[in-house]
Amino acid sequence: MKKLMITCAVAAAVATTSTAAFAQLLDEVTERGYLQCGVTEGVPGFSFPDDNNNWTGLEVDFCRAMAAAIFDDSEAVRYTPLTSQTRFESLANGNVDVLSRTTTWTMSRDTDLGITFTGTMFYDGQGFMVREEEGITSATELSGAAVCIESGTTTELNAADYFATEGLDLSNAVVFVNQDEVVQAYLDGRCDVYTTDASALAAERSGFPDPDAHIILPEIISKEPLGPSVRSGDTQWFNIAKWTLFAMLNAEELGVTSENVDEMLGSDNPEIRRLLGVEGDFGTPIGLSPDWAYRIISQVGNYGELYETHVGPETAIDIPRGVNNLWTEGGVMYAPPIR
Amino acid sequence: MTDVTDKRSGKPARSGIDASLFYNPTARGIVYQGALLIGVVMLIWWLQSNAATNLAALGRSTGFNFLNQTAGFNIGFSLLPFDRTSTYLDVYLVGILNTLLVAVIGIILATMLGFVIGIARLSPNFLIRKLAAAYVEIMRNMPLLLQLFFWYFLALNALPGVRQSYELPLGAVLNQRGLYLPLLQSDDRFLILLGVFVVAVIGAILWRRRQIRKMEEKGERRPVLLPMLGIILIPTIIVYFIAQVPVAFSVPELTGFNYTGGFVVPPELTALVVGLVVYTAAFIAEIVRAGIQAVNYGQVEAASALGLKDSDRLRLVVIPQALRIIIPPLTSQYLNLTKNSSLGAAIAFPELVNVFMGTAINQSGRAVEIVGLTMAVYLTFSLITSLFMNWYNSRVALVER
Repeated sequence: MKKLMITCAVAAAVATTSTAAFAQLLDEVTERGYLQCGVTEGVPGFSFPDDNNNWTGLEVDFCRAMAAAIFDDSEAVRYTPLTSQTRFESLANGNVDVLSRTTTWTMSRDTDLGITFTGTMFYDGQGFMVREEEGITSATELSGAAVCIESGTTTELNAADYFATEGLDLSNAVVFVNQDEVVQAYLDGRCDVYTTDASALAAERSGFPDPDAHIILPEIISKEPLGPSVRSGDTQWFNIAKWTLFAMLNAEELGVTSENVDEMLGSDNPEIRRLLGVEGDFGTPIGLSPDWAYRIISQVGNYGELYETHVGPETAIDIPRGVNNLWTEGGVMYAPPIR
Repeated sequence: MTDVTDKRSGKPARSGIDASLFYNPTARGIVYQGALLIGVVMLIWWLQSNAATNLAALGRSTGFNFLNQTAGFNIGFSLLPFDRTSTYLDVYLVGILNTLLVAVIGIILATMLGFVIGIARLSPNFLIRKLAAAYVEIMRNMPLLLQLFFWYFLALNALPGVRQSYELPLGAVLNQRGLYLPLLQSDDRFLILLGVFVVAVIGAILWRRRQIRKMEEKGERRPVLLPMLGIILIPTIIVYFIAQVPVAFSVPELTGFNYTGGFVVPPELTALVVGLVVYTAAFIAEIVRAGIQAVNYGQVEAASALGLKDSDRLRLVVIPQALRIIIPPLTSQYLNLTKNSSLGAAIAFPELVNVFMGTAINQSGRAVEIVGLTMAVYLTFSLITSLFMNWYNSRVALVER
């Protein structure tokens, strides 16, 4: 019912959206004094409210980085938890300024929903989790299994595609609207298999009563580049979001961290000097101050720091850096130069 | 409306003091109504065109052509054949059918349970009366969504896993994944049998009417129930043996992860139906109690004075009068139950809101169209239920002489 009402409200909002949607969003946000950021309802490591009800996570820090660049205050963010079903409408209608919510970048979403993806924050892929006692070692043995899925996700389609390609039977799909019920139903034994992005599987498993009783199967059946997105049509805002991520990647590549950023201001390396706004002015063309990247790195950190803090091997979520490493380290994270 | 106006100011209009259309209440009424209609139509048109313009400006595709595209996902429980190559239109139909299934089963069971509890609330037995009162107060004062979660996770935790399933008679199996029933398998001859059965039922009903008419003419009671059973069963059994209808059952068997074969009633369906029935029955019970108490006790005494026996007194005197009061609020409970079935999305039952407004909206991105289509379905269901109940209400309404 809640969902129905939200969707109706969204439909009504579509009907009355004026041309204001195409004004410069940066001016609107600056005037408002805070950034409205769309996040998940709670995925550990990505966006999750901690014990004090503060949002933390990799994707939350992206919003904090944008706020740092715009306001010089990484705390000037308000978070809106969105369901899978309502996220695109919320962004397209301006209820949130940026969507940073474990959202897979696909062609139809990028071109047909009135939103634009700004980059990839985390290269993910869909996996399967089963109980260890089943003795399953490969996803190809899953024919006829009851599969718990969250609705309104690419997960649902990928699973259907994979089972069809492998000639497996997926007549036992159990589709929930909310992530919490999916996990609960899997734990209660309604399903043999729980499928979603491998990162989310790892994150959820870290919260299980007995994490070791569950295994994630080796098959990764899809490409899931997760990234932030903004409303289409506002190039300036698009550039701010895009280069916020690139600044954090470039900072890691150049060895600039939140610890040493003040020392790095005196660096002789021209790339670092350009990044931190000591040399040249790359902020003004996108409506920000010249030291926009310095603000991001000093208040939030570089990409590597965020990864280690929220999802890296040192955390309970324990996802190896893998493809999410820098291109110089054997991964695929690559940012265009700031010059 | 115009009638009332006519009566109130009818005199000047008819007396012809000023016969111009401007002062004619009927004509003015029509003009007002027409103006309102035009206003509403224009408002809808404006909303529609505004939405279309803005969606186009956002760079989004609109229209209903997506209904013919392949949906690309699976639905766990469907009354129609459905797989990942089915279209969005099939998704729509599967959702509508599943919603209808829950609504119909729910309405029938809730009515039965509600009547029982409602009558129990009037029982002379203290324990029964108070238990019924406690049921009503507890069930109708807790949010339905909460109750659905309760029933669903109760079912999941109370029932055994697949490998420890309860084996029921006739090859049925009960476990966490659902109730697996043997499925009847037959050929065309079964349809003949079904046809004979339907004809026999119609015949029995006609015969009962004739018996009742005779009883009213002659004033003597005749047996009804047993002969009716005979009329229905005897031809059906004869045809069954003559045509030698093949009857086989597809029995569920454990293969790999789950049982296959047979007909599966998933726990989501059971939990949703139980939740809706238990919740709505509490409201229906109150309506029934109020309806019965509203019948003047003098009516019961008058029926006794006429010499009607206990069951006839209830059936012929009290219930018909109580129904007049019960039907209108009962209708709105039926509508509530139908609309509340959309909460099934929360416990993974693939009804309309789950598969169409959840999954399909996300895969196709046609939010406005899909929300519109979904609202149209609930509106249609509600209006049809209302029409039927209004027709029934007019049948049982008190005929004033």
